Amino acid sequence: MRIFVCIKQVPDSAQIRVHPVTNTIMRQGVPTIINPYDLFGLEEALRLRDRFGGTVTVLTMGPPMASESLRKALGYGADRGLLLTDRFFAGSDTLATSYALARLIEKAAEEEGMPQIVFCGKQTIDGDTAQVGPGIAQRLGLSQLTYVSAIDEIDPEKGSITVRRRADHGVQVLTSRLPAMITMLEGSNHIRRGTQSDVLRAAQAKITQWNAAAVGITDLSLCGLRGSPTVVKRVFAPAARSEKADMIPATGGGSATAAALIDAIFARQPALEEDLISAAGGY
Amino acid sequence: MNTSQTPVAGASGSRAGMKKELPEHFRSYKHVWVFIEFELGRIHPVSLELLGEGRKLADQLGVELAGVLLGSGEHGLNDATGSCFAYGADLVYLVDHPVLAQYRNQPYTKVMTELVLKYQPEIMLLGATVLGRDLAGSVATTLKTGLTADCTELAIDDERSLAATRPTFGGSLLCTIHTLNYRPQMATIRPRVMAMPKPVEGREGRVVPYTPDLQEDSIVTKVLSFLPDDASEASGLAFADIVVAGGMGLRSEENIQLVRKLAAVLGGDWGGSRPLVQKGWIGADRQIGQTGKTIRPKLYIAAGISGAIQHRVGVEGADMIVAINTDPNAPIFDFAHLGVVADAVTLLPLLTEAFRQRLLVNRLAG
Ligand SMILES: Cc1cc2nc3c(=O)[nH]c(=O)nc-3n(C[C@H](O)[C@H](O)[C@H](O)COP(=O)(O)OP(=O)(O)OC[C@H]3O[C@@H](n4cnc5c(N)ncnc54)[C@H](O)[C@@H]3O)c2cc1C
Repeated sequence: MRIFVCIKQVPDSAQIRVHPVTNTIMRQGVPTIINPYDLFGLEEALRLRDRFGGTVTVLTMGPPMASESLRKALGYGADRGLLLTDRFFAGSDTLATSYALARLIEKAAEEEGMPQIVFCGKQTIDGDTAQVGPGIAQRLGLSQLTYVSAIDEIDPEKGSITVRRRADHGVQVLTSRLPAMITMLEGSNHIRRGTQSDVLRAAQAKITQWNAAAVGITDLSLCGLRGSPTVVKRVFAPAARSEKADMIPATGGGSATAAALIDAIFARQPALEEDLISAAGGY
Repeated sequence: MNTSQTPVAGASGSRAGMKKELPEHFRSYKHVWVFIEFELGRIHPVSLELLGEGRKLADQLGVELAGVLLGSGEHGLNDATGSCFAYGADLVYLVDHPVLAQYRNQPYTKVMTELVLKYQPEIMLLGATVLGRDLAGSVATTLKTGLTADCTELAIDDERSLAATRPTFGGSLLCTIHTLNYRPQMATIRPRVMAMPKPVEGREGRVVPYTPDLQEDSIVTKVLSFLPDDASEASGLAFADIVVAGGMGLRSEENIQLVRKLAAVLGGDWGGSRPLVQKGWIGADRQIGQTGKTIRPKLYIAAGISGAIQHRVGVEGADMIVAINTDPNAPIFDFAHLGVVADAVTLLPLLTEAFRQRLLVNRLAG
């Protein structure tokens, strides 16, 4: 099988800081990771390759340093990494991002052949929009299978696939046609440790880098800030409530504090106490 | 890259002052739409919440509010139009077709796109549910318009533009996003973020039917079966009157039970902050916040939770927020009503016992 996996390099959320004066995110010095949601797609891709043979290509759009996350993915066992990087992509929103990635996928498909599956992360941990995968599917005419918890059956020859999909009130069992864009649900698998030879190969691998022109993008008005219909107009800190919390002094031991806290709660919400007392089946 | 709607340094500044004219062909786009999520014979509550919010936006703009309802007749679609009117819609675009009986991306995207091009709304709101997120991204891409995910606040600015506010990465900031030169302006909003409006029984409106050209043969995805969830699990959390939650301040997985015990004594439900889910201490359906459940209880007790913006937006609808935290400067004290600077691991059992005693005494007395 031929499988593409789109990944994104994101700042490690545990270590993000915001500049106290300018209110911008201080990315400098923050370690980056592969968006954790992307790893479920990568692992699923590697499992399919284990079963059917073929290749797993990881793709990303980002600054030059994003090649590090591609290298990391090679270390898990992916075959090839492709980076789309160009200053024209700076400031892309999800629409401009799905445009650029769709062009990257098409260019890669020219070289390698059309993939049967494109995996995308369910969402990223930094933007959390869940829009890029569907955007790519729409642009490339791929069957869209989001929130997939398991691939039950797949026949690459016939081009058929059956999946379990996490819907709002239960699990849908869907059958569809390849090529498909799939986002895997978190917890559906666990990323493997790369083998020694994968890790060695990754360290030396050459990451292919393309710019906008190389993937055939001629209309730059579809890229980056210009190609993004959404505009961030204002970034601000949320207003504190007009009064701060009433603080219950934690003196006189824990039990006294607990009692004082309960008094304060019920003093403010007398109805709540009545509700609780009359609630059936209490202790 | 700003692929995430995360403001990068300078991006907000350089574009903030930018104001362009709306292209001519978009000026005829009027009215506010709410996509009505209709599954298993009922409307998802988030759609009714959005009708309430959409009503306010439509009134401010002086335009009509429409519900967009897709489905297949035998499943009670007509009753659903009545609910749309009761919750504030002036009209309902009704698309009744066997191919639409169960949600699938392809036919729903096709119909929504056709409706937008034909009836031209300026704003379209969808619930940020699994279905809404699956659909919104496809529709926005087909229409090449802007979509803002997981908004926590919507407003109309001086230039008739939708100001969609959502938290940004980093834990302490909000950003306001506009779709200036494209229509419709699309946004998704999570369940329970907007208040449920009061229905007006007997309120009437117009039904505008639309007949799409859909053939089952041309739809590549088929639903083989549907395995409904058992309703018992954490589904009640979003609707509980009392919620107790823990954060990283609990320090260990064992201490989750301290939260559960207090919730049990109060007859409430329980949850936690996202890091607890990431550590595997609690299930994802117990996460409270922007990317988890939004709650609107009468009482919310947060133990060992710092109060990051993503958590805050999920709990601000609570009537009363009580915070227990060892750090007197924790951000949660900025929006809690009552606070105690204390070790949650020590205080929670004492609080549980004190509540139990107090309720017991009162029950005996009453
Ligand atoms: C895109 C995105 C979406 C997110 N969505 C969510 C979401 O939906 N929900 C969510 O909760 N978070 C979400 N987050 C994470 C959020 O930014 C915070 O990281 C998270 O809420 C912090 O959890 P916490 O308060 O439990 O942990 P911490 O920030 O580590 O805070 C622990 C707190 O416990 C206090 N403490 C320590 N010891 C004790 C003790 N013994 N007793 C009492 N207090 C103690 C500390 O003072 C501190 O305030 C999201 C983040 C991103 C980037």
